[in-house]
Amino acid sequence: MKLAIASGKGGTGKSMVAANLAFTLAMDSPVSLVDCDVEEPNLHLFFPSDPITRDVTLPIPVIDELICTYCGKCGEFCQYGAISVLPKKILFFADLCHSCGGCTLVCPEKAIHEEPKRIGTLSVSTPLPGLKLVTGMLDTGSPLAVPIIHEVKKETSDDPIVILDTAPGTSCPVVEALEGCDACILVTESTPFGLHDLGLAADVVVRLGIPAGVIINRSDGKDEETLRFCEEHGLDVLLTIPFSREIASIQSRGDLLCRVQPEWQKEFRSLFVKSKLLAGVEL
Amino acid sequence: MKVCITAQGATLDAKVEDRFGRAPYFIIADSETGSFEAIANPFKDGAGGVGPKAAQLIIDHEAGVLISGLLGGNAKSVLDSAGIAQYVYRGGGTVSVALDAFKNNTLDLVN
Repeated sequence: MKLAIASGKGGTGKSMVAANLAFTLAMDSPVSLVDCDVEEPNLHLFFPSDPITRDVTLPIPVIDELICTYCGKCGEFCQYGAISVLPKKILFFADLCHSCGGCTLVCPEKAIHEEPKRIGTLSVSTPLPGLKLVTGMLDTGSPLAVPIIHEVKKETSDDPIVILDTAPGTSCPVVEALEGCDACILVTESTPFGLHDLGLAADVVVRLGIPAGVIINRSDGKDEETLRFCEEHGLDVLLTIPFSREIASIQSRGDLLCRVQPEWQKEFRSLFVKSKLLAGVEL
Repeated sequence: MKVCITAQGATLDAKVEDRFGRAPYFIIADSETGSFEAIANPFKDGAGGVGPKAAQLIIDHEAGVLISGLLGGNAKSVLDSAGIAQYVYRGGGTVSVALDAFKNNTLDLVN
């Protein structure tokens, strides 16, 4: 069961939901929690531990100018403008390269070979018995988040229960994290911004064909518009979390709602059961 | 000498386009004879890397000078390596006006 936690708007409580769900489920069975928000991962703040970290690399071309005849075929092939071939010089822009390997294939002189370039890291830790935390982190200045998300997902591809915390928004990193998931929880909040961006996120999961439900977080009790939206779009509201100073306080000191107030574990267990029903996974 | 000016249209009366890689047209004008050629920019709606690609295009058309409003770092590296001088024109006028300004030595080089 692969369950993604997404939202259109940032700051609605994706990580809070993902962390509490994983914390609760890990008491009963092994759970993998994957931080797919690789530009600003933060789940590790809830689960301090000593991870094993390795580099994530992408292959980039290295051109041997002693062999290169400046024929220009690699530059013509590159759709990303990463190679410019001048009459007696060749320029390579690593930040524009998407590691497709095409330049190496089309070079008639075999003057190009590939070498790994680090774009970020992947960390794996066991902060609690039964809980595997996988965190991807993109290096500052590195433009490609998607290959890191691909790598962190691969790390948990055979695990029985995987909870994926996605980046906010609806762009490529979110789509990469959602792809292949059995169900998705969309976390929204009681504001016009929360509702507007929920609409965007709901559109993405529909297009990806992933069944989804909604959590209304920081609810002020006046959620009529959100409830109407959910009804119109066939989205079940799986859980409502009230706007509460106490919850905010627990969260802001890096603690977990389900640890401090164990009565919430029942709510998160029920959330998981509803998610499995959404996904059509056998209970 | 061949001078390339980024333009919003295909004639000398067209306004100068501020952007380089996403300029709709490149006007390649001969500063001695006054003749010119307009090239529609195939990269203007590209997803990325349009600067170096546009630079390659004007190198292939043997321009010796570029006049534009804005230039990214990657495009500048390519043009620098090819020995193409880059001048800034941001007066909001036409290609002819920018060309005259270049001939009168009133344009600054791109930093």
